[in-house]
Amino acid sequence: MTGWLSARNIAIVTLVAVLLLLPLYIELGGNRFLLSLFTRIVILAMAAVSLNLILGYGGMMSFGHAAYLGIGGYAVGMLAKEGVVSGFVQWPVALGASALFALVIGALSLRTRGVYFIMITLAFAQMAYYIVGGIARYGGDDGLTVNQRSQFLPPVDLTNKVQFYYICVALLLASVFLVWRLINSRFGMVIQGARSNEIRMRAIGFPTYRYKLTCFVIAGTMCGLAGALLANHTDFVSPSMMYWTRSGDLIIMVVLGGMGSLFGPVFGAMALLVLEEMLPFIIKVVATPLFGEVAARASEYWQILMGPLLLLVVLFARGGIDGLLRKFDRKERP
Amino acid sequence: MTAPHAQPLLQVENLSKRFGGIVATENLALTVGTGELHAVIGPNGAGKTTLIAQLSGQLAPDEGRIRFDGQDITALPMHRRSRLGLARSFQITSLFLDLSVLDNVALAVQAHAGHSFRFWRDARSEPELRDPARAALDRVGLGARADRPASLLSHGEHRQLELAMALAGAPRMLLLDEPMAGLGPEESVRMVEMLRALKQELTILLVEHDMEAVFALADRVTVMVYGRVIASGAPDVIRADAAVREAYLGEAEGGAHG
Repeated sequence: MTGWLSARNIAIVTLVAVLLLLPLYIELGGNRFLLSLFTRIVILAMAAVSLNLILGYGGMMSFGHAAYLGIGGYAVGMLAKEGVVSGFVQWPVALGASALFALVIGALSLRTRGVYFIMITLAFAQMAYYIVGGIARYGGDDGLTVNQRSQFLPPVDLTNKVQFYYICVALLLASVFLVWRLINSRFGMVIQGARSNEIRMRAIGFPTYRYKLTCFVIAGTMCGLAGALLANHTDFVSPSMMYWTRSGDLIIMVVLGGMGSLFGPVFGAMALLVLEEMLPFIIKVVATPLFGEVAARASEYWQILMGPLLLLVVLFARGGIDGLLRKFDRKERP
Repeated sequence: MTAPHAQPLLQVENLSKRFGGIVATENLALTVGTGELHAVIGPNGAGKTTLIAQLSGQLAPDEGRIRFDGQDITALPMHRRSRLGLARSFQITSLFLDLSVLDNVALAVQAHAGHSFRFWRDARSEPELRDPARAALDRVGLGARADRPASLLSHGEHRQLELAMALAGAPRMLLLDEPMAGLGPEESVRMVEMLRALKQELTILLVEHDMEAVFALADRVTVMVYGRVIASGAPDVIRADAAVREAYLGEAEGGAHG
């Protein structure tokens, strides 16, 4: 049906190429800050990919997904503080703790629907936020500096920024690959069927609860890994990693990129984070010649532009970036 | 060969269901023999859909017992009944509209192919799911539509797809909730033909408003009014029953029902 050379595929190949070649560009004299920005993009893209598994494919509107970022991050931070710096311990603990948290939240929240589901997932994430903020030993509200990054065997060195970046990219691509296999498997068909029409799924013989719960745990675990990466990237963890606005950011990435599309969340994460960096700058450059000093201050309120932009996407580009690419492909074809 | 109606496949005893003050099912008894096409008719609000919902496990009855092939299934959840071979089609078309037609039926096949905790292999390339699904689509005459999104089918085709999904699990008994609803005259004729072919192989409980179809197909007819059975028997007997005529058929001939 659709040819291989579609706008969508070209965009995906370009995206992956940009991610892979970025360190080379910086080596050739590009802005070094870009490496840090893109590491962050890649890590949060991974979190968005995991959210997309439950939100986009499973129709589970979780508003507490950032909790796993925090749990994964704090697993690394707390263990480092206690002198356990081996990644072979830290990362499995990060994954295990996230999985367990997801199992508990999922077991309770997946019995509810709609607004209740949103509120319960939100409530649990906020609970985690306040609990972590209350533990003085690990910095409380101020957060916790991670003095040493996770240690692996010699060739692997997370303090090497380029190497760390490539590890993040590899794990992101692995996550996308995993989601791709999952959603096309029997398990994935059940998840998508339950999104489409859950009553019917049960009527034809699927106990949907246990499948959705499994999906919920897989997504939480994946996001926990992103949290462990984030702690290593920033060398710092704080309760704000799991604040509800961060969960909102992840939802925005998924919606902006295209719910239920494989690479959509990666596009979404990149678009949101790049816009965050660029909007203040754009406002300044465009408005200063027109309005002078006032504009320089206005650039601090770049979020004023972000809101309407998101509104436009929701109103006019339902499928997000992925939807636009597909629309373009349909027009191209006779 | 024994008479097909000799062994009951579905037995309902003493079934009652109330919603607040409204009695939807009252002390209802019903027996459907193996191989029988049993029609349930009654005016709007007689509790037919509520009955089907209780038989399929979507609703729990307040009282009574439901047995399928001798086994008490009253407390079994919907998916377990479905696996025992009791398949249901919905009155209001209830499909996976954002999936393809073939995916819809393949899911119904998958439901009966063991657990689905299989995370890796591409389900859309598994012959053991796709082949029976295609066969079921061919059986209801939707083979050519297999790769379309289900949302793009006509209403009549949706009903056909409903039936294909019910058939996909190789059920022993079909619970059909108004399969004729909203069909045009030609589509109705095709549906009747399809049901006539199916009744050779399956036991069917048919809830239907279309009297012509009911009397053309049914081996036995049960008439419900206000949650109660007022008559049950062969089509000829029902047609002649005075109480039924008064309660229902006369009204229908008066043109109150479509």
